Amino acid sequence: MKPAPFSYVRPSTLDEALAVLAADPHAKVLAGGQSLVPLLSMRLAQPSTLVDINGLPELAYVRTDKDGVRIGALARHADVEADVDAWRAQPLLRQALRLVAHPTIRNRGTTLGSVVHADAAAEMPAVVSLLGGTVLVASVDGRRTIDAADLFAGPLESTLATKEVALELQVPALGARTGSAIDEVTRRHGDYALCGVAALVSVSEKGAIETVRASYLSVSLTPLVLDLSEAFADGTASEANLDAAVEIATAGVDPETDIHATADYRRHLAGVLTRRVVRDAYARAVAPDPEGAR
Amino acid sequence: MTTKSFGERVARVEDERFLRGRGRYLDDLAPDALHVAVLRSPHAHARILDIDVDPVLDLDGVVAVYTYDDLTGAMAEPLPLLIPHPDLTHGRTQYALAKDEVNYVGEAIAMVVAADRYVAEDAVGRIGVAYEVLTPVVGLDAARAAEHLVHDDVPGNLAATSTQATGDARAAIGRAPHRLALDLDVERSACTPMEGRGTVAKWDTDNGRLEVWSSTQTSTGVRAAIAAKLGLDLSVVDVITPDVGGGFGVKVVHPWPEEVLVPMAAMALGRPVKFTEDRREHFVSAAHERAQQQHVEVGFDDEGRILGLDVEIWHDHGAYIPYGLIVPIITTTQLLGPYKPPVYSATFHSLYTNTVIVTPYRGAGRPQGVFAMERTMDAIAAYLGKDRTEVRAVNFIQPDEFPYDQGLIFQDGKPLVYDSGDFPQMLDKLKALVGWDEFASFRDQMRAEGRRVGIGIGCYVEGTGVGPYEGGHIQVETTGKVKVSTGLTTQGQGHQTAFAQIVADELGVRFEDVEVVTGDTRRMPYAVGTYASRAAVMSGSALALTARSVRRKAFELAAEALEANVDDLEIADGVISVKGAPGAQVALGTLAVLSNPLRYAFDEASKAATQFSVGDPDKVPVPEGTSPGLESRDFYSPPRSTFASGMHAVIVETDPETAEITILKYAVVHDCGRLINPMIVEGQIHGGVAQGVGGALYERMAYDEHGQLQNASFMDFLMPYVTEVPQTIDVDHLETPSPLNPLGIKGAGEAGVIPSAAVFASAIEDAEGLTITRMPISPSELYDLRRTRAGSDEAAVAAVEGDS
Amino acid sequence: MTRQPEVLAPDALHHVSFTVNGAAYEIDVPARRLLSDALRHDIGLTGTHVGCEHGVCGACTVLVDGRPMRACLLLAVSVQGASLTTVEGLTESGDRLGPVQQAFKECHGLQCGFCTPGFLTTITAGLRDNPDPTEEEAREMVAGNLCRCTGYQNIVKSVLRAAEIGREGGTAEAGGGEA
Repeated sequence: MKPAPFSYVRPSTLDEALAVLAADPHAKVLAGGQSLVPLLSMRLAQPSTLVDINGLPELAYVRTDKDGVRIGALARHADVEADVDAWRAQPLLRQALRLVAHPTIRNRGTTLGSVVHADAAAEMPAVVSLLGGTVLVASVDGRRTIDAADLFAGPLESTLATKEVALELQVPALGARTGSAIDEVTRRHGDYALCGVAALVSVSEKGAIETVRASYLSVSLTPLVLDLSEAFADGTASEANLDAAVEIATAGVDPETDIHATADYRRHLAGVLTRRVVRDAYARAVAPDPEGAR
Repeated sequence: MTTKSFGERVARVEDERFLRGRGRYLDDLAPDALHVAVLRSPHAHARILDIDVDPVLDLDGVVAVYTYDDLTGAMAEPLPLLIPHPDLTHGRTQYALAKDEVNYVGEAIAMVVAADRYVAEDAVGRIGVAYEVLTPVVGLDAARAAEHLVHDDVPGNLAATSTQATGDARAAIGRAPHRLALDLDVERSACTPMEGRGTVAKWDTDNGRLEVWSSTQTSTGVRAAIAAKLGLDLSVVDVITPDVGGGFGVKVVHPWPEEVLVPMAAMALGRPVKFTEDRREHFVSAAHERAQQQHVEVGFDDEGRILGLDVEIWHDHGAYIPYGLIVPIITTTQLLGPYKPPVYSATFHSLYTNTVIVTPYRGAGRPQGVFAMERTMDAIAAYLGKDRTEVRAVNFIQPDEFPYDQGLIFQDGKPLVYDSGDFPQMLDKLKALVGWDEFASFRDQMRAEGRRVGIGIGCYVEGTGVGPYEGGHIQVETTGKVKVSTGLTTQGQGHQTAFAQIVADELGVRFEDVEVVTGDTRRMPYAVGTYASRAAVMSGSALALTARSVRRKAFELAAEALEANVDDLEIADGVISVKGAPGAQVALGTLAVLSNPLRYAFDEASKAATQFSVGDPDKVPVPEGTSPGLESRDFYSPPRSTFASGMHAVIVETDPETAEITILKYAVVHDCGRLINPMIVEGQIHGGVAQGVGGALYERMAYDEHGQLQNASFMDFLMPYVTEVPQTIDVDHLETPSPLNPLGIKGAGEAGVIPSAAVFASAIEDAEGLTITRMPISPSELYDLRRTRAGSDEAAVAAVEGDS
Repeated sequence: MTRQPEVLAPDALHHVSFTVNGAAYEIDVPARRLLSDALRHDIGLTGTHVGCEHGVCGACTVLVDGRPMRACLLLAVSVQGASLTTVEGLTESGDRLGPVQQAFKECHGLQCGFCTPGFLTTITAGLRDNPDPTEEEAREMVAGNLCRCTGYQNIVKSVLRAAEIGREGGTAEAGGGEA
C-alpha cells in the first residue's frame, strides 16, 4: 500500500497553484489529505501531480462576523471546532465536527476539503447543504461562488473543475429563534454514519415552529435536504407532528444496502434520527439562553 | 529466602524497550534489505493462461521477478500439509506461487524484489496475467451444494468427514422425554494482529548460513520448512523471531509462501531481502476462521439433564487446508464444555471454498463449539421454563469426578480427559459477580424507564498446553547473570517476565538477574511453537525442570567448594550458603567459574578455575557423566492436555429504536490453575474479551458472490476501539491446579474470546425475546430479526416431532 | 500569465528538512514517500509503527508541531519545516520513562507493544490539553487508536495514571515531567 509516483509542487502563491492546475488536468490539490492519501496508498487515485496548498498559510483562517463564518481552505477541522466565535455564530459546525472521524484526523483534515470531497456519508457536505453554504473557488480564469445546492454532482464528485481550487467555505450564521442539532448512528465511534441527520428548526416569536429542514447522510448519493415544515403546520413539536416528519423523511431518503446495513434499516434510522434531532433543535430554538443550549 | 516472584504482579521487563520505541519488530530489521511485493490473484477462481513479466524488467530499481516457472525442486511442490489426519482424504495445499490455477482472491502469483516497496508495487502493477475466470464457490451453502467445485479432483468440495461418538446418540435422543433441534450459523472473522506477517532473510556467504527472521509463532517450524523447501541442512538455517506485533493464531501457519520465497531470493541474489505484509494483504492472503453451520439435536429430561446429544457441523476451511482438521476437531470435542452428556455423537464436514484459508484463530474452533452447546442449554431452559443457570448446573461434571474422561480423542491425538476443575463453584462465583439473581429487578427497573436489557451466560472448558513438548536452556554466566532460552515464540504475552519469574523462584536467584530469550533456533533448536494456550504450561514447565537441574548442579558444586553436604545448603538471591553457618557461602557466578575447569585465565574471576588453583589433582577435571558449565537443557512433555475453564456473563442493552447493542456489564470467572502473574493473565482475559466483542458484534469477512472480500481494510472490518468494548471487565479467578505439570498451571491465552458469541447471543435473546441462531449480529440484523420474527417467533429452535 | 513553478518528474528527489525529537534532519525523498516510511526507513526511527497505512489504526501517530497526526496520512515532503515528536522523543533526560510511558508500564497498558507508540504520542498531547481527564475523557482521548491485545482496559487506566504522575510533577521516581 504505497502511492504510485506523482509529481509534487508546493506553490508559495495562489497564482502558482492555479497555474499548475490549469496546465495539468490530472493534477490534484492536497490540503489535509486525510481522505486523499489513503486513496493514493491504495492506488485508487493516481494523480499526475499533487499541488500542495499547505505552503499558502493565508488560507488557514476561520473568520466570523454577523453574517456567518468564513473558513479558509487550510483551516483544519480542529481549528473550526475550537473556534468560539464560529460556534456562537453557527453552532451546527462544532456539533457536526465532533462527529467527524477522530480528533487525530481532525487535526490535519480540512473542513473545506471535506466539503469538496463530496462524500454523501460525511458530515460536512450534509451540514453545508442544510445551511445553504457556499464555496468560493478560484482558477486562472477567475473566481466564482458555488452554492451548496449546486456543489454535489455525485458520489465523491463535486462540480469543481479540475483547474479550480476551493478557497473558502462560507456558512451563514444561525438565524434568530433557530435551533440546530445533528445525530447519527455509526457502527463504531468515529466511523462513517450508517445514517445521520442534521436539522434546523425555526420558531416564531411566540415559539411556534415555522420551518423545519433536515439534511441526511449516507442515505442518498449526494447530500439530501428535506423540508419537513409541512409536518408541523400547527407549530408544535407534538408526537403526531414528529410522526408526520418521520414519514416524510423515510419516504424521502433513498438508501442502499451495503455490508454494514440494509437499505430498510438505514431508512428506519432516518426516521428515528429525524425525530431525535428535530426535537433537540426545537428545544434549542425555544431555549431562553440559546448560547447555553448549544 | 529470595523474594517469591511466582504468583506476583511483576511489572514486565519487555515494556522498557517497547515504551521507548526500541522494540525490534520484523520491519525494523535489515534496513539495507531489498523489498518484496507480491502479485496476488484478483479472482477467486481462475486458470492462469499466461504471465507476462517483461514490462517489469526494465523498471528502475527492480532486481528480480519470480513466478511458478522459476521454482525448482521442493519449491515447485505444494506447500506442506502440516497436520495430516486419517480422515483428511482430500487434502490440498497451495504452491508458493500459483501453478496454473488460483483459488482465492489474494493467492500469490508472482513475487517482485526491488530496491524499495514503492518500486516493488509499481512493478507488480505492470505484470500482465491472462486468466480464464472460473465460477467460484463462496460460502458454506455453495460448498455444500457442490454445483461447482473448488478443486476438480475433490468431489463435493469435501476434504474430510469425521465422526466421534461415545454411543448411539440418536437412539438416546429418541428415548428422551424432550427433544430439540437447532440450526446455527457462525460467520468468518480473523486474528488481525496489528502487525502483519513478515520475513527477512540473509544468506551469509562467508559462513554458508541462512539467517531468517520471521514474524511467526513457530521459529522451529519455519526453520524446518525452509530447510526442506530449499534443500538445506537444518544445521545451516537459523530462524529468529524478533518482537512480534500480535499473532492470535494466524502466525502459527508456516511456511507462508513468502516465508520460503524470501530466503530463496536472498540466496539467489546474495543480498538481504525483506517482506513486510501490508494491511490489505493481511486480509486477503493470511488466514481467517470461525465460519461454520451447525445442526444440533438434543434429548433431555424434565430437569434439563441432557440424555443424548448429536451434532453435525459444516466447516468452511477456505481454498486449501494446510493446517488439517484441527479447528473442527476442537469444535466437536470442546463443544462439551463443563457438561457430561451420557451419549454424544459429532460429525463434521470440512469443506473447500474459494476464499482465504482457515487456520486457528484464538479459541480455534472453541467459540463455535461453545456457541452450539450454550445455545442448546439456553434452548432447553427456554423450553422447560427454567433458569438458564439451573439447566447448566444439572449437567455439570462434579468436582469429585476428575479426572473426567469424555471418551473422545482431542486435537493432540490424546484422550479428552479433564484433569481438574470446579464448575459448580465457578458458577456461584459468576452469578455473584454479575448479579444474576438480582437481574430480574434490574430489568424491571430499566423497563420502567423504557429501556430494554438482557443477561447472558456462556461456559467453556479449554484444553490447553498441548504437547508434544517444549524445552528450556539455562546457563549461569560467571557474572551470576542467568541466561534463559526456550524455543517457542512470544507475541505479547510477556514471556520474558513470566518465565523469569519461574526461573527466579525455582533456581533461587533475583528476578532482575534472569534474562529470557524466546523463539531463536540458535539458542534452542528444539521447540514446537506458541499456540493452543500452551506457552506457560509447556515452556514454563520445561524451564522449571531446567532450573531445578541447574540448581541441583549448583548445589553439588557448592557442596564441594564449601565442603558441606548438599542437604545442608540453601540458596537465596543467587548465593548458596550452608544453613546455620554464617559466612559459608558461594555465589552462583563463582560456581559457574568453577564449573568450567580452565587452562587459561581471561579475567580475575576465571583465575579461580585454572589448573593450578582448583580441584583435587588426583581427580579428573570433568568426571564422566558431567559437563563443563553451570547450565542445563531439559524438556517437558505432558501425557495430555490440561483443561482450563471459565464462565462469562454479560448484561446488554438493546435500543428499542435503533437496535444498537450496548454492553452494560461484563463478568468473567476464570480457572487457569496456578497464576504465574495475575496482571498478565488478566491482560490476556481483557484482550480476549475485547476480541470476542469484536467477533460477536462487529467483525465479519464480507465476501460477495464473486469471492471478493468487500471489507479488506480497518475502515470496514470493524475491530473494536475502546468505545466498543465493555467499560469494565470484572474478573474473578478460581485456581484448581493441574496435576499434570510441575507448576500446576493451565493455559490462559485464548480464554477470553471463547464464549463471546454464545454469551452475547444469550443476552440479546434475553433482551429481545427473539431466538438468536446466527452470530455475529449487527444492529441492522437485529432490526431485521425484530421485523421478521415480530409476533410469531418462527422457531429457529424446533421441538423435534414426537416430543412428549 | 502567471509563472508556473517548476514541476519535477515523479521520481525526482525533494529535499526536505524538519526536526524530530529536537534533532534536525535533512532527507532527499521522492514526493510519494509517506512520512511513516521516511521516519522509519530514511531516518531509522523505527519506533513509529505502521499498522494499516490508511489512517484507521493510529499506530503511526506522531506529533506534528505538537498535534497528533497519522504519519501514514502525511507525505514526507509536506512536513517541510515542521517539528515532529515520535515515541523515541517521549523519554526524559537520563533516558527515564516519561509520565505516559511510566504509566503504561505500571498499569500493564501494553502487550505486544506494536500499537503502543501511537497511544503514547496521542495521550501525551491529550494530557497537555487536558491534564486532569475524567475516565470518560480518558477513554475519548484514546478512541481513535486500535489495540488488538489489551482490550483497552489498562490503557484507560494508564491515561489516568499518567495524568496523576504529571500532576505529581514527573515520573514516579523523579520530578521534571513535561506532560
